[in-house]
Amino acid sequence: MHDLIPLTPLGGDSAQIKEIDGLIISEMPEFAYASLAMRLGKKIGFRRAAKKAIGMLPPKPGESSKINTGKGFLTVFWTGVDQWIVEAPSETHADIALQLKNTFNDNASVTEQNDGLARFDLKGKHTVTVLERLSAADSAKMHAGSVTRTSIEHVICFLICREPSKHFSIICPQSFAAHLYQSIVTTAKSAL
Amino acid sequence: MSDAITGGYRIDGGLIDRSTELNFRFDGKSLKGHAGDTLASALLANGVRLMGRSFKYHRPRGVLSAGAEEPNAIVALREGAFTEPNTRATTAELFDELVARSQNRWPALGFDVMAVNDVMSNFLTAGFYYKTFMWPAKFWEKIYEPIIRHAAGLGALSGMSDPDCYDKGFLHCDLLIIGAGPAGLAAAMTAGKSGARVIIADEDFLPGGRLNAETIAIGDAAGATWAAQMAGELASMPNVRLMTRTTVIGAFDHGIYGVVERVTDHLAAAPEGKARQVLWRIYSKRAILATGSLERPIAFANNDRPGIMQAGALRAYANRWAVTAASDVAVFTNNDDGHRTARDLATKGVKIAAIIDTRADAPEHANVEVFAGACVTDSRGRLGLSKVRVRFADGSQRWIKCGALGVSGGWNPNVHLTCHQRGHPVWNETIAAFVPGSVGPGGLSSAGAAAGMFSTAAALTSGAAAAVSALGEIGIKVKAIALPLAEDAPVNIKAFWHVNGKGRAWLDQQNDVTVKDVKLAYQENFRSVEHLKRYTTLGMATDQGKTSNISGLAVMAEIAGKSIPEIGTTIYRPPYTPTAIGVFGGRSRDESFRPVRLTPSHKWASEQGAVFVEVGMWMRAQWFPRAGETEWRQSVNREVLATRQSVGVCDVSTLGKIDVQGSDAATFLNRIYCNGFAKLPIGRTRYGLMLREDGIVMDDGTTARLGETHFVMTTTTANAVSVFRHMEFARQCLWPDLDVQIISTTEAWAQFSVAGPNSRKVLELIVDSEFDISNEGFPFMACGEITVCGGLRARLFRISFSGELAYEIAVPTRFGDALIRRLIKAGEEFDITPYGTEALGVMRIEKGHAAGNELNGTTTALNLGLGRMVSKIKDSIGSILSEREGLTRDDALMQVGFRPVDASDSVIAGSHLMTVGDPANAAHDQGYITSAAYSPVLSSSIGIGFLKNGAKRKGEILRAMNPIEGAEIMVEVVSTHFVDPKGERLRA
Amino acid sequence: MIIDHPLLGPRDSAEFTYLGDASLIDRPDWQDKKAACKFYEYLYLRDNPAGEHRELWYHEAGDRSWLVVTRNTVTHEITKVELARSVAKARGRSK
Repeated sequence: MHDLIPLTPLGGDSAQIKEIDGLIISEMPEFAYASLAMRLGKKIGFRRAAKKAIGMLPPKPGESSKINTGKGFLTVFWTGVDQWIVEAPSETHADIALQLKNTFNDNASVTEQNDGLARFDLKGKHTVTVLERLSAADSAKMHAGSVTRTSIEHVICFLICREPSKHFSIICPQSFAAHLYQSIVTTAKSAL
Repeated sequence: MSDAITGGYRIDGGLIDRSTELNFRFDGKSLKGHAGDTLASALLANGVRLMGRSFKYHRPRGVLSAGAEEPNAIVALREGAFTEPNTRATTAELFDELVARSQNRWPALGFDVMAVNDVMSNFLTAGFYYKTFMWPAKFWEKIYEPIIRHAAGLGALSGMSDPDCYDKGFLHCDLLIIGAGPAGLAAAMTAGKSGARVIIADEDFLPGGRLNAETIAIGDAAGATWAAQMAGELASMPNVRLMTRTTVIGAFDHGIYGVVERVTDHLAAAPEGKARQVLWRIYSKRAILATGSLERPIAFANNDRPGIMQAGALRAYANRWAVTAASDVAVFTNNDDGHRTARDLATKGVKIAAIIDTRADAPEHANVEVFAGACVTDSRGRLGLSKVRVRFADGSQRWIKCGALGVSGGWNPNVHLTCHQRGHPVWNETIAAFVPGSVGPGGLSSAGAAAGMFSTAAALTSGAAAAVSALGEIGIKVKAIALPLAEDAPVNIKAFWHVNGKGRAWLDQQNDVTVKDVKLAYQENFRSVEHLKRYTTLGMATDQGKTSNISGLAVMAEIAGKSIPEIGTTIYRPPYTPTAIGVFGGRSRDESFRPVRLTPSHKWASEQGAVFVEVGMWMRAQWFPRAGETEWRQSVNREVLATRQSVGVCDVSTLGKIDVQGSDAATFLNRIYCNGFAKLPIGRTRYGLMLREDGIVMDDGTTARLGETHFVMTTTTANAVSVFRHMEFARQCLWPDLDVQIISTTEAWAQFSVAGPNSRKVLELIVDSEFDISNEGFPFMACGEITVCGGLRARLFRISFSGELAYEIAVPTRFGDALIRRLIKAGEEFDITPYGTEALGVMRIEKGHAAGNELNGTTTALNLGLGRMVSKIKDSIGSILSEREGLTRDDALMQVGFRPVDASDSVIAGSHLMTVGDPANAAHDQGYITSAAYSPVLSSSIGIGFLKNGAKRKGEILRAMNPIEGAEIMVEVVSTHFVDPKGERLRA
Repeated sequence: MIIDHPLLGPRDSAEFTYLGDASLIDRPDWQDKKAACKFYEYLYLRDNPAGEHRELWYHEAGDRSWLVVTRNTVTHEITKVELARSVAKARGRSK
């Protein structure tokens, strides 16, 4: 096994966490990601493979599905026409892209995105108060599992509602991680 | 009637908090006020009537209004970098230690030297700068204009950076209610009780609108008390958001409203980290305009003295702020509403000198003399009103002593927002005012005084009804709330705009525009309302003519013999009131103007002391200075030589990377690139040239085939986003039946270029042994998925930007930092040298590679010397139009190299090339130099660029001209490939 | 402006980039005898109406789909929003 030491998206050895007035903002580096895109004319094969890989049909626009694999929770969310992203704990699913490719074969195009995305969670009090200063998404009305793409301080991110008004994830392209984290913290300090 | 005046200007009652005393300074003088005061009310309470000097003539001015429409009491609020010029004293909430200065006067408000302009007024009438100060012509720019400009103007900026921070925000609602007066509150309560999502916004710090300024009862309660109760209840409802100190500044398309919330302007200082103001974008399904109305004056000679104000303002100061502007006041009105001022002030013990009513049938008034069919013809009291001259119905005139005059010419519904999308309001003869027209922003209705319904009862019922109607349109059924009784007085008004006579009668008090100026505009044939505005500047000041626009066009109508609707109104535009530029910028300023993107090796590069450069949003290492190096060129020369002589390493993660997959991926790439890709073998990389449909080069890069249906494309850093957009367009719109999927993977991989004769030797220490990266096993342009350092998955590409033997190695981004450190360690024995974007640039120029400077949006494949790459045997974007005559001329520009004839000269990118002996002008232009650098390998400055018919002109000597700096050098035309022209080092 | 995305519902137009007339979908046949002329017309000649206009918008900050939006260029009223892929296929675009 290789002995190279990974860094988190914020460039640290471990995840950063900050608490502001009951709102907890945390870096969440322990997740692996893969893009999944259905190939043309392969709808039947794709659906069969999906049932095998995640136990259900993949979710509709604006939605995500949470799947208990027994070894941890997978989240699958819609990102575009016939496209999804699969999020899995990297401890057990670091090779999620490979796993998916083996299941979907030529019914889908799979792309590893493990380090392409950085995730920050907002948990606790005042999540919506802060989000309404960051994103045009109607976060107050999002239900558990709602997903939308949104622009936060010029960074295009995914906003996932894990628990209405109490727990959200913001997933952004990795290189913007420092800027996005700073924006969230600055805005929280201003709004709260 | 009690003797409520205690020798000062404060009277009983009001909505101020007498238990808190606040200290403030105005023009250096220390004064006191109370919480709930505005700066204007506190000044009046201290007997200060003189608050400013007018724009052009520097006439002494006092406060005209009690609201956002104020034209005169404009001050510089706060000090130092926090100074905000042109702040309306009428809306500035008083806070402890507030500091304000009057503007536009020197040396002092009471003695303003520039008042000489007033004496010169005959020469400074409307449009004077078109007629006077014309000769001699050259004096205008250097002498006249600076003097005039210096003499005019209102406030001044501090010149310092805005120290406050501002936020942006986004809100969603079913119903947005603009204004929290009686109409707005009734609408909000009706809507709120239905459970709909409601936002109600008011620019004031106290909800209630006119109810706070009047002695009107609602049910059994005072209007202000009812308003406070309603506001309290609304604030407690979870589906209602009550926003005070919040101005709706613009009505944009499709129910979007621009809204500014002043969060800390009423505090002495903004707490650390808190945004001073927030710019909210409100997405509404429906909206109700409940913005009330603004009182308009009647113009007469010298109607602009301190102490002459709106009748409604005079009683607002008395009722809400417990201040009387003077101990004896008079009222001048053309409607019943003006009489309210006399009634209210008399109740507070203020002496009413007279009510002067223009109407012959003016109503009588208990205890106060009413002069019917009369008008005010003049006033006296330069620094503060002392008396007014009245002309009675029988024609006689007499002076009446008074320290304040409340003027009411009627009320104008505040229709601004309904006209933000080029709508026009409609004239209503009965109330002699404009009301919102039928065409306006979608989903916006109006209620109360804003809709021309002036009674309190009408405000309540129309507000509730508007909410019912608006919500009904979006499928929410709601009943109007039960409304208490309130006055329902009819509007009794007889239109009267100005008093004829000698002397200047003021219309726009901020821009100093008079009735005479309107007559002049008419005379000069500037008769349309838009011309009237620009010629006289009526309505163009910071108050946007809120108290003068309608009166001005009414005067024009009179002069022109037309009706008011025939003259019409000008276009209304956002913002409704002056708005700080900072709030539009939000957090996007200074270092945060754009997001900063960091490369995977950023931490390591910082430790090395690298100098960074912005490349778009990325921070990239530009060079790595070493101890003893004093100048950047030393570092760059060293990095170039070290790489070419042994091995160098550079972070190239920023280039766009796009995963292209699918059974038709190869076909798709064949259509996107002008050169062939369908037959690219697995495990090989190829240079790809991408054209725009018009035949101009869009981008270039390399595409690697990792599998039958799997390619990885690179793009230039700058074009990553636009290329992806272009490819999605082709995929979705042009060839929707091709099975191809594209995913951006720029971020997922940390990628490093390892270049130089020893690059393979270094990589052999990193790449796991089962992978053969010998020259035979992994030849030039090979690619593959490998593992490194004992099992970490990676990708290896044998491509070269520098012209040396080179590779690019990619690992998942989280290991980028670890990999660069490992590469440096492994390369120690070869003196591996980190190099930055400067050295990268020098080497690619030495090699003759085209980059962004050459792909400048005007150049074709032919110009780049790659004409043969454009395949004629397949369909690809741009191939057809690339063959247009104009792009394929015999003397077309061709990419060549340039060396200075004198080795000590520097080639300057941007220089234009001229043949020796030709006149140096555009008609004889031979081309231009696009990139230049000092080459340490050749010990000379070199350049590449485009030259007409360049391929056939090697050896020619040309002038390279730099007219902007007045310089030129002589250059020799050479091959664009300065280093290793045969490509032997690449294939070693 | 608000664009009512067929899959995602109402979205702020700030999430999109605008390309131009939807006629850009009808790319000519490269093997047509008059290909050069047809490509020139395709790329450069436009009606530019003051009124209803069918145009291409790309949901860059959203789901990356191209849309054909029918919008009145004078009033900004948007009356129809379709997935560009569907429009393209209906117009005979294929491989």
